[in-house]
Amino acid sequence: MELNQLTIHELQEKMKAGETTSTDIVQSVFRRIDAVEKDVHAYILLTREAALEQAAHADGEIRKGRFQALTGIPIALKDLLCTRGVTTTCASRILHNYVPPYDATVVEKLRAAGAVFTGKTNMDEFAMGSSTETSWFGITRNPWDLERIPGGSSGGSAAAVAADECIAAIGSDTGGSIRQPAALCGVVGMKPTYGRVSRFGLVAFASSLDQIGPFTRDVEDCAILMNVIAGYDPKESTSVPAEVPDYRQYVSRGIDGWTVGIPREYFIEGIDAEVLEAVQRSVKVVEGLGAKCTEISLPHTEYCLAVYYIVAPAEASSNLARYDGVKYGFRSQDGRDLLDMYKKSRSAGFGAEVKRRIMLGTYVLSSGYYDAYYKKASQVRALIKRDFDEAFKSCDVILTPTTPTPAFRVGEKTDDPMQMYLSDIFTISTNLAGIPGIAVPCGFTRGGLPIGVQFLAGHMGEAKLMQIAGAYEKSAHLEKRRPNL
Amino acid sequence: MKIKKDEVTHVAHLARLEFTEAETEKFTSQMNDILMYMEMLNRVDTAGVAPMTHAIAQKNAFRDDRVLESLPREETLANAPDARGDFFRVPKVID
Repeated sequence: MELNQLTIHELQEKMKAGETTSTDIVQSVFRRIDAVEKDVHAYILLTREAALEQAAHADGEIRKGRFQALTGIPIALKDLLCTRGVTTTCASRILHNYVPPYDATVVEKLRAAGAVFTGKTNMDEFAMGSSTETSWFGITRNPWDLERIPGGSSGGSAAAVAADECIAAIGSDTGGSIRQPAALCGVVGMKPTYGRVSRFGLVAFASSLDQIGPFTRDVEDCAILMNVIAGYDPKESTSVPAEVPDYRQYVSRGIDGWTVGIPREYFIEGIDAEVLEAVQRSVKVVEGLGAKCTEISLPHTEYCLAVYYIVAPAEASSNLARYDGVKYGFRSQDGRDLLDMYKKSRSAGFGAEVKRRIMLGTYVLSSGYYDAYYKKASQVRALIKRDFDEAFKSCDVILTPTTPTPAFRVGEKTDDPMQMYLSDIFTISTNLAGIPGIAVPCGFTRGGLPIGVQFLAGHMGEAKLMQIAGAYEKSAHLEKRRPNL
Repeated sequence: MKIKKDEVTHVAHLARLEFTEAETEKFTSQMNDILMYMEMLNRVDTAGVAPMTHAIAQKNAFRDDRVLESLPREETLANAPDARGDFFRVPKVID
């Protein structure tokens, strides 16, 4: 195995034993990037020189016996996390030249833990999409099949981990944007509880839904990253002032005696037969670990997508009002006056999907329609959350498929927004309810595409997710495969 | 039809966007599909249900009233497409 293929914890052992250095690891990652990035296009920007400097610094620290949680580990950042002095584009023309004067809290925490940053990963523009096809900088391809999409919106982060172009990555999840690409690329991806990880410095999409989380090769690495990025931030008013447990301790605890809920509404017509088969095998594995699996009902599930596509665009239309061509980013030179400059800058600066969502959001919030759409959706959202609250009274965690199908083909859904939106049907409810979820690889289709199972827990239940995902991963005995690039 | 072309044009103005004729046609049709799909919410009885505005129960989050360092003006203006002196410069606002 090459260094760039190992996990965080394996690399940490090697560095501690003096068998390798951060510089070796970072060079191994960039050799891989040089070899495959032209096919995958996981990154918008590579920060090779800074990464090598950070690695040299890490090696100095290690020589002094100073190890922190992520010393010397190469990590990729989704390009909507503000990085001081390094372009942060949100994959949009309107921010193509934006250089933040500050770090996002998550970036600050990773930096303080000794991480090395390889670059900024590709994504759907403003995180609006499920395939990483709406980026202004071009599409990312699925490392398992270059004719297919990696999922989205954090498709670059998922693909970078799957293609061994970094050791781990950070993404964001508003309706499935971490878990869906993790499942389609065969890696672990977690969306934490709303408020568990600070959103300060995350370019906002839908503020009541957005949450930052990790992409990793295994559950232990997920716990290692969550230990670093979780926690209260006085700069972020929705971050929760609660203690962060040592998640790593939970990975090997087992789930003997647990009750796992299987919501019947997630096993619907239209779900791919091989996905269904793999998820049903996961149920057997979980039962083999001493848990009782029982059917449950989340009766408002069918309304999740409709609620989401009112709430998220409404919040987005308000958040994206700040892009006016005045303070930063793209400005059209054709504006006759101020109003015309706004319109021309925004119309040329945003892509079609972003404009579609701004339009939808503006419409549902506009005078006369607010009650019919936004208020109604927020009421149904309360019922969706209530479904989960009820369910977690009788079960520890919930098990579902992560996606209805494996990765679809490039271009397959770009002309039909509704079809694209449906690919997030199993992940959206989590964000609406604010609960945590994790996608874990659970096998491959006969055609060699990865499939992911999803576990959900109640608010602040990340430790439980580490526990079941860790136990599952250990006993599922999945074939170890790597994409053939 | 949930939304007509002239409404799409009006919403575009509210959103400070502008579209070609062909784009307006396409958006009208796509927005109609999406808004039709959302009709299903009318099947849900929400009488007496308080709208959910946030995923977690929380009160106002107050910080101590301490003066912290602000970003230096040069850094704040560094990303502006057109900055002059201490100001953001914009096209003419009034005739």
